[in-house]
Amino acid sequence: MKLLIEQGRVIDPENGVDQVTDLYIQGEEIVALGAPPSEDYSPDRRINARGRWVLPGLVDLSARLGEPGHEQKATIASETRAAASAGITTLVCPPDTSPVVDSPAQIELINRRARQACGVRVHALGALTAGLKGQQLSDMAALKRAGALGMSQALRPMGSHLLLRRALEYAASHDITVYLHPIDWSLAGQGCAHEGAVATRLGLPGIPEAAETAALGVLLALAAQTEARIHVCRLSTARGAAMVARAVEDGLPVSADVCAHQLFLTEMDVADFNSLCHVIPPLRTLRDRDGLRKAVAEGSIEAICSDHQPHEADAKLAPFPATLPGMSTLETLLPLVLRLAEEGVLPLPEAVRRVTAGPARILGLKVGTLGVGTRADIAIVDPERGHGPGPDNWLSAGRNSAFFGWEFRPRVTHTLVAGRVIFELQARQV
Amino acid sequence: MINQDNPAGSRPAAGPLPPSLQFNAQGRLRHLLTIEGLSGALITEILDTAESFAGMNAQAVKKVPLLRGKTVMNLFFEASTRTRTTFELAAKRLSADVLNINISTSATVKGESLLDTLRNLQAMYVDMFVVRHADSGAAHFIARHVAPHVSVLNAGDGRHAHPTQALLDMFTIRRHKGDFTRLKVAIVGDILHSRVARSQIHALNLLNTGEVRVIGPKTLLPAHVEDLGVHVFHDIRAGLRDVDVIIMLRLQKERMESGLLPSEHEFFQLWGLTEERLALAAPGCIVMHPGPANRGVEIDSRVADGPQSVILEQVSNGIAVRMAVMSTIMGGSVNQGAGA
Repeated sequence: MKLLIEQGRVIDPENGVDQVTDLYIQGEEIVALGAPPSEDYSPDRRINARGRWVLPGLVDLSARLGEPGHEQKATIASETRAAASAGITTLVCPPDTSPVVDSPAQIELINRRARQACGVRVHALGALTAGLKGQQLSDMAALKRAGALGMSQALRPMGSHLLLRRALEYAASHDITVYLHPIDWSLAGQGCAHEGAVATRLGLPGIPEAAETAALGVLLALAAQTEARIHVCRLSTARGAAMVARAVEDGLPVSADVCAHQLFLTEMDVADFNSLCHVIPPLRTLRDRDGLRKAVAEGSIEAICSDHQPHEADAKLAPFPATLPGMSTLETLLPLVLRLAEEGVLPLPEAVRRVTAGPARILGLKVGTLGVGTRADIAIVDPERGHGPGPDNWLSAGRNSAFFGWEFRPRVTHTLVAGRVIFELQARQV
Repeated sequence: MINQDNPAGSRPAAGPLPPSLQFNAQGRLRHLLTIEGLSGALITEILDTAESFAGMNAQAVKKVPLLRGKTVMNLFFEASTRTRTTFELAAKRLSADVLNINISTSATVKGESLLDTLRNLQAMYVDMFVVRHADSGAAHFIARHVAPHVSVLNAGDGRHAHPTQALLDMFTIRRHKGDFTRLKVAIVGDILHSRVARSQIHALNLLNTGEVRVIGPKTLLPAHVEDLGVHVFHDIRAGLRDVDVIIMLRLQKERMESGLLPSEHEFFQLWGLTEERLALAAPGCIVMHPGPANRGVEIDSRVADGPQSVILEQVSNGIAVRMAVMSTIMGGSVNQGAGA
C-alpha cells in the first residue's frame, strides 16, 4: 500500500521540519518527504492535505482505558477509537487496573485487547510494587520482558522511602524508567481540592502544595543518590515545576509531564462544587497554571499528556468529596495543546513536540517524528474546521469532561498508524 | 422527576452550577444552600420576618396556617438533635406535615446512592427537604437534582455551610446590638472544620459588620481564611479586645487525635473563654455558642451560664428564624402570616 499525503504543512519538530510539502508512505513507513522515493512510485491513495497540518501521531503518556476491571467505565476498544479520532497513535496505560498490572499475564491481556481494537498502539506500565501495595518489589524484569515500558506506583503510596530507594536501584539495574507521581499521601490526607481560597470557601478538605513539593524533594534526592531514571508524572504546582527545572539543569536523570487540563483550569473551576473538575492532583491556582505553562514553554516539562480517566455517569453524581477523581480527556488533548500555541505560550512546533517527540523520548520509543524510515504514525489536522466537544460528537465512553461547550478551531481529519488510515473524519462529523 | 435545572438542557448533570441556583426565575429564594449569593437586604428581610414569628412563639396558640398542606422532610445523614428539633418545631408551627428520616442508619449503608434515595423520597410528594450531610456540597448536589417544585434547605453540609444557624445568630446579635456597622465580632476556635463559622462570616460581611475577627491556632484556621473577609488573631487576648460579640465554636475531640492540638487542657489554657478574658471585651459584650458546648474545653461554665451568655436565646431564636426561612422559600408572604 502506497499513500501520498499531498501539500500539507508538515510539522516535525524532531527533524526541524515545518514546511508545505508531500509526504510519501509505503507499507508501514514514511519513505520520502518532498520528492518521491523513486521515479516509479505511484500511490494507491492520495490524501489532499492542502491547508492542513501533518503532524506526527500523538504519544500520550497516561490514559486509563477501563480494562481490565473497570469495563463499566470504558474498554480498550472504546477508548482507542476515541484516541484515534483525536490524533493519538500511541498511548500508555498506568498499572492501576483491576487486577493491577504486576504480572506478565496482565500485560499480555492488554496487548491482546489492543490488537483486536482499532490500531492505536497501547503500551502498559508495570506495577513498581507487588499489587501496587508499596510493600514489596514487583517482578520488574519479567514485566519488562513482557513489554512494560517502565514501572509505576500510579496513585498509590509507597511503604517507605527506603523501599522507594530499593525500587529505584533495582529498576536502574534493569535499565527501567520509573514513573512516579509526586504526591506525599500523608500530607494530601483526605483532601479533594487545592488547599487555598476556593477550598476554604467551599469547605472542601485541601491538598496542600507541599504534598507535591515534599514528595518531589524525596524523588529528586533519590534520583541523585541512585542515578535511576525517574519520570515525574503530572506536576501541578509552579514550585514543583521550578524544582524539576533546576534538577534537569543540574543534569539529574529526571523528566516530567503535566496533563493538558492543568494548563487551562484552576481551582476557580471547582466552584461551585463542579465534580467534573475533581481531579488528582487537584486544579491549583492561576499562579501555578502559569508556572506550569512556563516550564512547558522552556522545555523542563517535556511532555503534555491527557491523564485520561473515563468514568461512568454515577461516579460524578454525588456530593463533590464523594465523587471519583479524574476527567475524560483523550479528545481534548490536541485541541488544548494547539490552543497553547494559539495563546502564544510556545511556538506551534514546540507545542507539537510536547505531545510527540517529547513523550516518545521519555518512553524510549522510535515514534513521534516524521523522519524517513520511521513508522508512519500521523495525524492530519484541519486548523480551521472548528469543533465544540459535546455529548453528540464524543467517542470516549467516559463523558466526564469539563470542556463540553468549549470551542476549538483545529480538528483531526485523518489518523494513520503504520501507514494505515485508522480514523477519517466524515463530512457530516463537522 | 429529576430536573437538571440547567438552561442548556442537554448537558450531563455534573457541571458548573448556574449562579442563581438558590433563586428562581422571578428572583425569589427557592433553596437556601449558603449565605453566599444572598444580599444584605434579603437577610434583613428574613430577620424581620423572624421577628414577627418570635412574638408569636410566646403566645398560647403557636400555630399559623402558612404551610398547611405542605410536606417537609427532615433528611439527616448526620446525627443532630437540636437542629432537627427546631426545624421540626418550625415546620409544625407553620402547619406543615413533617417527616424525619435518619439516613445514616438506613439506605446509604446498604449501598443505595444518594440520588436513588432522593428519587424515592421525592416520589412521596415532598415539598421541602431539610438536609444535613457530612459532605461539603451535598445540599447543592441535592438542589440540582430535585424536581422543580421541591425546595432544599441546607441544615449543614460538611465544612461548607450552615445558613440557618448563621441567620439565627445574626438575629440574636441584632436583638442585642441593633446596627451591625459599628460592631466588632470575634469567632473563636476551630474555624477549619466549622460550617457555622463560614456562614457566619459571610452573613456578618453582608450586613456590613464593622470588623470580623477569627481567633485560633494556625492548625484550626483554613488556608487563606483572610480572603473570606476576616482579621486573623492567634492570641485570644489581643483578639478579644474591645469586641462586642464573641462566638465560641465547638471543639471536636477528634482534633486532638489528628495532631491539630496537643490537648484539651492546653486549648482551654490558650483559647478557652474565661471570665477574665471576657473582661477584655467591650462592656456589654455578648457570648454566643452554636452548641453543644464543651464546658471546660472552649468555654468556662461560669461564662456559659453567666449574664453575658445568650446561648439559650440562640436556641429559641432558631425556631423563629427557621420559620421565617421556610415561609420565605415556600412562598407564603410575611404579612399573611404572623402579622395578621
